[in-house]
Amino acid sequence: MVEVEIDGKKVEVAEGSTVLKAAQELGIFVPHFCYHKKLSIAANCRMCLVQVEKAPKPAPACATPVAPGMKVWTHSEQAVRAQKGVMEFLLINHPLDCPICDQGGECQLQDLAVGYGNSASRYQEEKRVVLNKNLGPLISTDMTRCIHCTRCVRFGQEIAGIMELGVAGRGEHSEILTFMGRAVSSELSGNVIDLCPVGALTSKPFRFAARTWELARRRTVSPHDSLGATLIAQVKGDEVVRVLPLENEEVNECWIADRDRFSYEALRQPHRLNAPMLKQNGAWTEVDWQTALEYVAHAFRDIAAEHGKDALGFVASPHSTLEELYLMQRLARGLGSENIDFRLRQSDFSLDGVRSGVPWLGMNIAEISRLDGALVIGSFLRKDHPLLCQRLRQIAKRGARITAVHAAQDDWLLPVETFMKVAPSAFPVALLEILKAVCSTTGASPDTQFAAYLESLPVSDEARRIAESLCSARNGALLLGNFAQHHPDAGLLHSLALEIARCAGQLRVGILGEAANSVGGYVAGACPSPGSGGRNARMLWEDPCRAYLLLNAEPRFDCADPAQALSALSNAEHVVVLTPFVGEHGDYADCLLPIAPFTETSGSFVNTEGRVQSFRPVAQALAQSRPGWKVLRVLGNLLSLPEFEFESSEQIRDSLVAGRDVTAQLSNDMGRVDWTMPSAPPGLERVSDIPIYRTDAVVRRASALQACRDGTDPVLRIHPATASEVGLSNKGRARVKQGGAATELSVQLDEGVARGCVRIAAACEASSSLGPMFGPVTVEAC
Amino acid sequence: MLSPEALRRIDTEIAKYPADQKQSAVMAALAIAQQEKGWLAEDTMAFVADYLGMPQVAVLEVATFYNMYDLSPVGKSKLTICTGLPCALSGADEAADHLREKLGVGFSEVTADGSFMLKEGECMGACGDAPVLLVNNRRMCVRMNKERIDALLDELNS
Repeated sequence: MVEVEIDGKKVEVAEGSTVLKAAQELGIFVPHFCYHKKLSIAANCRMCLVQVEKAPKPAPACATPVAPGMKVWTHSEQAVRAQKGVMEFLLINHPLDCPICDQGGECQLQDLAVGYGNSASRYQEEKRVVLNKNLGPLISTDMTRCIHCTRCVRFGQEIAGIMELGVAGRGEHSEILTFMGRAVSSELSGNVIDLCPVGALTSKPFRFAARTWELARRRTVSPHDSLGATLIAQVKGDEVVRVLPLENEEVNECWIADRDRFSYEALRQPHRLNAPMLKQNGAWTEVDWQTALEYVAHAFRDIAAEHGKDALGFVASPHSTLEELYLMQRLARGLGSENIDFRLRQSDFSLDGVRSGVPWLGMNIAEISRLDGALVIGSFLRKDHPLLCQRLRQIAKRGARITAVHAAQDDWLLPVETFMKVAPSAFPVALLEILKAVCSTTGASPDTQFAAYLESLPVSDEARRIAESLCSARNGALLLGNFAQHHPDAGLLHSLALEIARCAGQLRVGILGEAANSVGGYVAGACPSPGSGGRNARMLWEDPCRAYLLLNAEPRFDCADPAQALSALSNAEHVVVLTPFVGEHGDYADCLLPIAPFTETSGSFVNTEGRVQSFRPVAQALAQSRPGWKVLRVLGNLLSLPEFEFESSEQIRDSLVAGRDVTAQLSNDMGRVDWTMPSAPPGLERVSDIPIYRTDAVVRRASALQACRDGTDPVLRIHPATASEVGLSNKGRARVKQGGAATELSVQLDEGVARGCVRIAAACEASSSLGPMFGPVTVEAC
Repeated sequence: MLSPEALRRIDTEIAKYPADQKQSAVMAALAIAQQEKGWLAEDTMAFVADYLGMPQVAVLEVATFYNMYDLSPVGKSKLTICTGLPCALSGADEAADHLREKLGVGFSEVTADGSFMLKEGECMGACGDAPVLLVNNRRMCVRMNKERIDALLDELNS
């Protein structure tokens, strides 16, 4: 530790700290623009100049390391003169157009100019003008305002992992731009808007919508991925007009993904369902809530009486709140049905009944940043979990060894030491190879259920390298991604991951939860009780019910096998949908109930580390929308179900989690699962990703995100060698068949796809008529 | 994109640095590419970036920082005349005026027939022989009075 004195106050800081950091410890504010705690030090704005004893000239506080006995003055005459001088230079070429600038009122330059700027400029000459750049649908530019702090450039290099913005030119001709005027494509790009200390980079969808002082700032939680990023929703009137990150070092640090930031656009008209609707004689009519709810109660009661309680099916999106999921399962069980599920994209449920607890990340999110090795199994990591991927990127930079087993190799923008690319049906074999290599390194003996397979199994070099990196990790983890959970042998993959972890010496096993409430769904009990014979997400469609209740779910996009789900729904007598949105369920539903999206209801999400995060509504419910939990509660009352008298969502949450430690329910351990070794299907295998802006009903309607490169229509991706075997050519068209379903797609050759596979994104319009996300598929040129 | 000869020269430059720091060779690689192509088009820079495994915009940063990289077509002969102080005191302004008049173009412009480009340069480190003029970044001509300029233009025209 080093003792220094700043403005007459003594403070002890770690060796190598900077003067700025020491000043912050003391609560002394040093003006700055380019410094940011999460980014490297550039020291190019010079705003943080301070006086240092015995130094001949002012020094930048952000880049000056402390030395024992150092005396610093941050507000002495010399320091302030230097800071004022810098401010004068910064303002020379700044347009001073605050009245028409979106940053006005929340601008660091504006704020500091009040303290350090002159009231009038001495500069009489011409100001420079910089042409604006088109950075895509999310970020609006006014490059003349730029003060060249390079925060946006460093963010790209260091956090997003992709350097898309750079500083071209020199001196007075410097400007921030992208190569060839391309739009930025990073899924974290919106963070540069927050980082920009001036109005050079602002939010395009928010442009000219409001002034910061008109906005109420309300805390909420992201409903998209399982990270549960904490957000500030900014509300004008009753409309969310902007979403910003709420800093939370343990979860999202100070970042959010573009999906969290811009999805609020979906919560407006024309996307919203305004009133309860009933389909009568094939035509939709608006009805009042009372009529609609009584209709539903009657319908469910009639079906149960006529066809048995087992004829009712309850399907929830894992993006629903904990309270909604809980009341839905209470409703279902109150009616006597165990046909409940929220794991809509999963196809293997062999773990039900053998798992010891709720599958979770296996560690705190912050602990990811302390891993020194990780094997990621079956994950489109960068797009599925943008901020978890960012954490892995940071540890990889510090030397952690990242390896992967997956069917499609995308650029995760981090160094992956070994990428074992195998077809989905070969995943178990790949993990067995790794297990064998691990056992031969550590001398551990594998469990008997796998031993027989290991004996004659040839071990590839890749598996050996992955095993070596796992065995050398002192704090390593195996992370099972969304793809591994959707996999038809998910249970086997999970048990193999546990076995590898055990044999390699106490590695941790983590499940990267797919959705905001992937953990919460289990906590709420929204899946069939083991041994009850209730239908899980696969059986709900395979063995169709007479009546369905859909909660926030859009089966065409949210299910493992959309074709099968749609056929079950269209044959059902009643389909009741609780949704905030219009436009999806018209064909098969007979009752639509408008429920409030996450911004208009109170509720909770349990993130992948088991953190229960509750939130209040940030805006009034639109039109006749009602919070989902209230709708379900009233349905429960109408059906005279016992113990359905909830007054608030907090009461529901407390009845579920108060006094009970959610983290104690979390466990990735399991008993023995029944499995058979899968064989490769004849012909080609389908590999499905869920594109980042297609994951849930909200983000699918967010127009700015849909206009991004990640929002474009999916193509059929195939390895060039496999393509030539089946006669496909790049940019050509292909007819894809899966069982009885078929569609046409453009072809893109991609060496990242495992041989013998075709990669077709699920959850997209173009592929929604196809069958399961895994399994055999035929393609032919057309 | 580039000839095998140019790639061989770039490889020689890359070999001067540790294997994981190929991008250290970016300035040399851009110079070699420019010598072959005459100027640095965006796809040339993109090629260099991919060849060195670095972000394309990072190559653009380097190419726009140094003014001996040309980011637009330069004509057959690029004449860069130093207008720094020692050259200016020794008659660089007159020499520049003479060039402008003879070629009919201003600084950073290319003659209509595409044979000459005139550029304003900074100190080339030969102030003792001012005014100094550089042809195509490689050939240095010194003491450029009107007669020697005329002779140079005749030679380049022939």
